[in-house]
Amino acid sequence: MELYNKSASELSKMLRAKEVSAVEIADSVYKRIENVDDKVGAYLETNYEKAIKMAKKADEMIAEGKGTVMTGIPVAVKDNICVKGYKATCASKMLENFEPPYNAFVTENLIKAGAVITGKVNMDEFAMGSSTENSALKRTANPHDLSRVPGGSSGGSAAAVAAREAIVSLGSDTGGSIRQPASFCGVVGLKPTYSSVSRYGLVAFASSLDQIGPIGKTVADTAALYSVIAGKDSMDSTSLEANFNLSLASGGSLSGVKIGIPKQYFGDGVSAKVKELVMNAAKTLESAGATLVNVDLPGTDYALSAYYIISCAEASSNLSRYDGVKYGYRAENPKSLEELFVRSRSEGFGDEVKRRIMLGTFVLSSGYYDAYYKKAKLFQQKLKEEFKTAFRSCDMLLTPTSPDVAFRIGEIEDPLKMYASDICTVTVNLAGLPAVSVPVEGTKDNMPVGMQFIGKPFADAEILRVAGIYEDLIGGFKTQVKF
Amino acid sequence: MEYDIVIGLEIHAELSTETKIYCSCQNVFGKEVNTKCCPICAGMPGTLPTLNKKVVEYAVKMGKALNCSINRLSKQDRKNYYYPDLPKGYQISQFDIPLCENGYVLVPMPDGVRKIGVTRIHIEEDAGKLVHNDAFVGSLVDMNRCGVPLIEIVSEPDMRSSAEAKAYLETIKQILSSLGISDCKMEEGSIRCDINVSVKPKGEEKFGTRCEMKNVNSFLGAVHAIDYEAARQIKILSEGGVITQETRRWDDHKGESFLLRSKEDAQDYRYFPEPDLRTIEVTDDLINKVEREAKELPNIRLIRYLEKEGLPFDDASLISENEGKSAFFDACLKIKPTHAKVISNWILSDISKRINETGKDISEIGVTPEFLIDLIERVEKKEISVTAGKEVLLAHFETGKSAGEIIAEKGLSQISNEDELLKIAKEVLDNNLKLIDDYKNGKTNLLGFFVGQCMKASKGKGNPSMLSGILAKLISENY
Repeated sequence: MELYNKSASELSKMLRAKEVSAVEIADSVYKRIENVDDKVGAYLETNYEKAIKMAKKADEMIAEGKGTVMTGIPVAVKDNICVKGYKATCASKMLENFEPPYNAFVTENLIKAGAVITGKVNMDEFAMGSSTENSALKRTANPHDLSRVPGGSSGGSAAAVAAREAIVSLGSDTGGSIRQPASFCGVVGLKPTYSSVSRYGLVAFASSLDQIGPIGKTVADTAALYSVIAGKDSMDSTSLEANFNLSLASGGSLSGVKIGIPKQYFGDGVSAKVKELVMNAAKTLESAGATLVNVDLPGTDYALSAYYIISCAEASSNLSRYDGVKYGYRAENPKSLEELFVRSRSEGFGDEVKRRIMLGTFVLSSGYYDAYYKKAKLFQQKLKEEFKTAFRSCDMLLTPTSPDVAFRIGEIEDPLKMYASDICTVTVNLAGLPAVSVPVEGTKDNMPVGMQFIGKPFADAEILRVAGIYEDLIGGFKTQVKF
Repeated sequence: MEYDIVIGLEIHAELSTETKIYCSCQNVFGKEVNTKCCPICAGMPGTLPTLNKKVVEYAVKMGKALNCSINRLSKQDRKNYYYPDLPKGYQISQFDIPLCENGYVLVPMPDGVRKIGVTRIHIEEDAGKLVHNDAFVGSLVDMNRCGVPLIEIVSEPDMRSSAEAKAYLETIKQILSSLGISDCKMEEGSIRCDINVSVKPKGEEKFGTRCEMKNVNSFLGAVHAIDYEAARQIKILSEGGVITQETRRWDDHKGESFLLRSKEDAQDYRYFPEPDLRTIEVTDDLINKVEREAKELPNIRLIRYLEKEGLPFDDASLISENEGKSAFFDACLKIKPTHAKVISNWILSDISKRINETGKDISEIGVTPEFLIDLIERVEKKEISVTAGKEVLLAHFETGKSAGEIIAEKGLSQISNEDELLKIAKEVLDNNLKLIDDYKNGKTNLLGFFVGQCMKASKGKGNPSMLSGILAKLISENY
């Protein structure tokens, strides 16, 4: 088997056994990128020299016995996460030439761990979207069917791992942006507990919901990458100690594990086939010792509205800094200060970004604040309470990740329809909970279907453990693409 | 018709913390453009703010000094607006839950003490500056000031004249300075204020429509701006017009204000809670620390000097506004509680002169309260004259010797021996026989001249009051 096809755990073992060098692994992954990225379009920027340099350093670390789980492992990084020496375009014309002079906290951690950064991957502009079609810079295809979307907004991150153009990757998840593309591309994606991964160096979309997280081919790879990026950071005031213990993220049994099935996530909007496959998976878990319980989360119906109000409100403010004055796109020959602002923003942002800025500006406006933003925040509290109550009768929840499999490129034009596809994922961000999406056994239309385990706050290890048991129960995820 | 003027002030004071409010950049003024900024205060994508705890401490200090209640939990909010000097497109400030609320400050004035309500004090970040220069077309942005910590002190509309507003401003400035939390350098813009002015017919309870004036950068500017604005509004009203709520820009050079925007164009700042920062918690420890470090504030001291020590307003205010002089004055009072005015005279004359000449602090010019009291007592006991006393103090500054030593060395002891004084007086009168006639013809104020001549002849050592009696007696009996 080619090196690029192996999991991080396998490669890590081989590296430590000196059966392979990090340079050889990086080389293999780069050859793969050269061979297939024309079709997939996952990467916005690659840099072979830089990757090899990092690989050489990884080899030195391993030689000195300082290797970790991620040493020498090629990682693709979503283009809204700052890596010195690479641009951070956020797939926007606005930041097309923006190169941050600093590393994100997670980047620093990757470097310390000896990981090899392969490059920056595509996404929906400023992480706003569910298909990566909103990228102003590139089209990314689903490696399982090139006529379909990879999901989004971390479409490049999921496609890169699925197409074996990276061993693992980092994405960011504000309303499902790691889990939904992971499910569309048949890989594993973790949205960690809010505050467990520093957001320093993540270009903000909605600060109170954004969270960086790992994507991998296996649960173990995903957990390993998470163990490297989690941790308290003094540069992010909202960051907390994750206390993540990698050894608790695998092993054990399902006995005594109560899995809640919230009926609201299996409603009319969800494809029958998806429901069926997810329920089959639930039964697999049940027959292996888990207990299934029905839980009620009636607030779910309002979650989409609340999510779009809160995320757009924060986005409208977070994206104010792109005004053409300091960095990023600047309109040519503005005749006044106002024109500089208006034209730079009108020309630099894509439609979806502008739509959300307008929505967010509206809900924060005087006279509307109480009716929208304030109400949404109140609802968010209520939703948190609902989850708390649900977790009294179960240890975690199991739901579909997305109502359906990856749709075709250009298929969904109505933004509201696109928003509706986030129905299963946004509640997790609103409640700050951890959730991991894994492929279920079976496919629909030959496309992968994902399900997510939603955990209690800081129970990231426990949902990964149960997801890993499921992976073992079905004999591993069948995620090989055709090329 | 006569009108009442109603004034409320919003004071922005830059805090003198070592670092900025949300990053570790040095908080300094006057450095080369864009050398004291970083990705965080420049608002670059992906960066996040972290609150400098010193800013909270300083704001709480001010809150306690202005008798505010301190909100143990408060939050920070984003104030959204576009301007090139505001790199994030929003200013992190505090909206509905400020750190400090509902306080007041006592403002001493020559005709009595005013109690001015303080609505709130909140923390926020300063913006950068636009640089205009003939050397280039357009404007450039200097971000050195971005993220400099500010407190905004909002008063109640409790002031009724520009003089009251000025006294309030001065009191706030003295308190900031005394607490050591702001440089208070007006010329560097470390204190700026917005002024709300309205007028109403005298006696009317309901306030008139207010106008806000921005860009007031000096206390004198504030006085002019208030007087200008009040006159403008009174003129409109007395001509039968109506005041419309508006924001005006004060131009200190022109001495006029200009319409900036009317109420209809008021900006909607779309405040919402800052999601990048946690709730600010003011701990018991912090409150205790602030209370432990609290000392008498200059305004309270001024009131004490006026009411308890009976000093005239000018004396009291000149001493109280200076920490060193106040400490010296208080130390002297401790030794000689009955002599406030005499002590004040010495401090405000010869000692202040020395301070000004040397540019040193009162504690560095080599005079102790003990020395001054000793000197005052010697003058009081007529051992030396006031003139000689001044000479003793000057010699002490130079040599550090004791008063006794200096008096002995310089022979400054006052002559109170009657025979000796009689001899001097006779000599003076014999040399001024013509003037004696004038004196006898009614020019009695010549007696002072004779005393002066005697003092001169005695090299300042003669006891002037004794001389005065001796001279009068001599003239009437012997000339």
